[in-house]
Amino acid sequence: MAKVFIPAQMRKLCGGQDVAVLDGTTVGELIEGLGRRFPGVSALLVEAGDLRPSIAVSVDGEIATGGLLERVGPNSEVHFIPAIGGG
Amino acid sequence: MATVTNTSNGTYKVVGTRPLRPDGVDKVTGRAKYGADYSLPGMLHGKVLRSPHAHARIKAINVEKALKLAGVKAIVTGRDLPEGENKSVPLGEMSVNPRHLGHNILARDKVLYQGHAVAAVAAVTPYIAEQALELIEVEYEVLPPVMTVDEAMASTAPILDPELRNEELGDQPTNIAKHTQLKRGDIEAGFKSAEIVIEREFRTAMVHQGYIEPHNALATYGSDGRGTIYCSTQGPFEVRGMSAAVLGISPGSIKVVPAEIGGGFGGKTTVYLEPLALLLAMKTGRPVKMVMTRAEVLRASGPTSGSHIKVKMGCTRQGTITAAHVWLAYEAGAFPGSPVAAAAMTVLAPYAIPNVLIDAYDVLVNRPKTAAYRAPGATNAAFAAESVVDELAERCGLDPLDFRILNGSHEGTPHPAGPPYKRIGFIETCEAIKNSAHYKSPLKGANRGRGVASGFWFNAGMQSVAMVHVHADGTASVVTGSPDIGGSRASCAMIAAEVLGVDVDQVRPMVTDTDAIGHTDVTGGSRVTFATGMAVFQAAEDVVRQLKERAAKLFECKPDEVEFRAGTFAAKSNPSTSITIKDLAKRLPRTGGPVTGRAAVNARGVGPAFATACIDVEVDPETGKVEILRCTIAQDAGKAIHPSYVEGQMQGGTAQGVGWALNEEYVYDSQGRLLNSGLLDYRMPTCPDLPMMEPIIVEVPNPGHPLGVRGVGEVSIVPPPAAIANAIYRAVGIRMTELPMSPPRLLKAILARRAEDRTSPAAAARA
Repeated sequence: MAKVFIPAQMRKLCGGQDVAVLDGTTVGELIEGLGRRFPGVSALLVEAGDLRPSIAVSVDGEIATGGLLERVGPNSEVHFIPAIGGG
Repeated sequence: MATVTNTSNGTYKVVGTRPLRPDGVDKVTGRAKYGADYSLPGMLHGKVLRSPHAHARIKAINVEKALKLAGVKAIVTGRDLPEGENKSVPLGEMSVNPRHLGHNILARDKVLYQGHAVAAVAAVTPYIAEQALELIEVEYEVLPPVMTVDEAMASTAPILDPELRNEELGDQPTNIAKHTQLKRGDIEAGFKSAEIVIEREFRTAMVHQGYIEPHNALATYGSDGRGTIYCSTQGPFEVRGMSAAVLGISPGSIKVVPAEIGGGFGGKTTVYLEPLALLLAMKTGRPVKMVMTRAEVLRASGPTSGSHIKVKMGCTRQGTITAAHVWLAYEAGAFPGSPVAAAAMTVLAPYAIPNVLIDAYDVLVNRPKTAAYRAPGATNAAFAAESVVDELAERCGLDPLDFRILNGSHEGTPHPAGPPYKRIGFIETCEAIKNSAHYKSPLKGANRGRGVASGFWFNAGMQSVAMVHVHADGTASVVTGSPDIGGSRASCAMIAAEVLGVDVDQVRPMVTDTDAIGHTDVTGGSRVTFATGMAVFQAAEDVVRQLKERAAKLFECKPDEVEFRAGTFAAKSNPSTSITIKDLAKRLPRTGGPVTGRAAVNARGVGPAFATACIDVEVDPETGKVEILRCTIAQDAGKAIHPSYVEGQMQGGTAQGVGWALNEEYVYDSQGRLLNSGLLDYRMPTCPDLPMMEPIIVEVPNPGHPLGVRGVGEVSIVPPPAAIANAIYRAVGIRMTELPMSPPRLLKAILARRAEDRTSPAAAARA
């Protein structure tokens, strides 16, 4: 089961929880699972079938390039963080 | 354990050496072509009419008189652009809102800053185009300007964009485009366990990147419906995508040719003139060239945000930080998109703090839309946090570097945004400064002080493509789509030479246009030597793989029976049967034809960067002028491919940080008109303002890159303002909380302190 860390501003939709342990083999499946458990959360993360442009996802400490298709392992740790640009 | 060194090339033949730059001769002989050097037959000249008001409704625009002027070929206004979608869409490294982007290129119903483009003219000469601008009649309804985040966040503030909403305020109009919050641990419990708590408030001014070359664009549009834009940019693919989004055409119909670039520092990652030149070319059927003046660059291109920051931090008497609460509000300019989320993620990144709460607000104000600037958002934030860290260290009676080392992030520390760090070199940068000759030297004399500060930047990976072509004489070309703003051509050539086992002068690097290479994200985020370098490394390996096949044909063996070492292929079974790359290159036509290696990466394994600076200052107590006496900066490069270029980046970033700290600021009058739109009044540091900046390259290899590379282009700008503020404190006993710490501002603080000393018995006793 992967460990999904819930961003601070979404915790109010998740009963204050900051972590959810979920089944899934991709980031997309984890978000679907998160949305089933906490209605409304997935819409804050996903738009038009992809991660929202303002959000990046980190899997096991690595910024994932695969978006919703990014593979996750059974013990993966997943963080959603603001997407940023450099200069 | 990390290597703290001035770099050696270790086991490498080319990497870590300091060859002459491949673009050097072209640049010093004037042969290098910058954007404004391009001209085409039949070319028209474009000029932009800009708003004199910071905030106004456009009631009418009349171009009739201007159009009648002989030599004027076309005039466009905001109505000539399609109304873009009002939502963020991904575009390479960044996301853009096509409506906001379009409205910034040409205002539609409102002007939102002085200098906002209102109309553009194409004429046969630049002088006629300028005359035409004077004949365009614009009727404005002037509105009150909103110039600071404090004004903009007030409930009574005039609203810049009536359609703007944020997720927290629902349907209520607002100037706050976004609130980002990061939270870990229990902030209240963290402060409860603190024995020393410092709470301070800071302000920083809007500053410009200060690239010497103004924005420029030359566009053509053919009867085949295809356009070409020649311009100075950090991101040709971004110029293509953004111009297409603004004009409502297919990105594939535009080719962007990146010129040599005269500085960018993040400011050339977006578009201003490019879609306008193309639109005017489409209207006239002739090439159109546009070049900004310096005043236009300062008024109307994207500086970085001014900010208001509050920091509360607590620690034990032994110096362990237990909690930190940071509140940040950043000026986005006229449209959403300040780097405040990056600021939130960088502000506490050097430290392992168990209880953290960070609130960050992206706020619209009547100033130009901000653009990226070297470690966007991080410098303002570090000025605040590192000043408080310095104060905590002092209260604990600890050396400021020891305090940082005690609390420093290391492998496994969770980043404030969540994920734990992999191998990082923050503590090593502190140790490098601590062990430096500078830090060990005494600093004597009145009104002199020494300050240190640290900084963090993420660095980036993203998409890059590289090709390596082998030529008949054994030389090679390295082709990428990454404009070279800091020496990346040299790095790419060196990486290819290292893999191919040849001298670096046998490899010629070049940057090509958007039709000639696969999608390559912007030169930004300190990513090129990391990600494009990774693509070059793999493309060169692809060449070696193919050449092994060719050698195998000559040796009459299988490819896996060929070994490659130091530029020579040999049969494993008979090492005396060998051939150099140079000789093998001659045999390519008869062994299968040309060899081209290629690689396309969406690079993973980014290694973040840390830097720590030590700066000595002397304050003139009669004028408030600060002189930088000595400056040393240590930065973790992972592996320095070309140490001279790494040092150049460190020195350049530090110089910009010094300018940001001491003099640079946008000065507006009460009506929102910029008062210092030239480089005489917008005071950037020049050689007399700066001592030799001593770089210490720290090499903690990034495990995510085949050569250990991290990015080096940005983080060195982050520590200087805080280091200088901390040095000023030690020089004259005053903690400055506002940037720039210019002579008038510091003198005011010195005089206020003197007045306080005269009137307060406690202060007098302290004195």
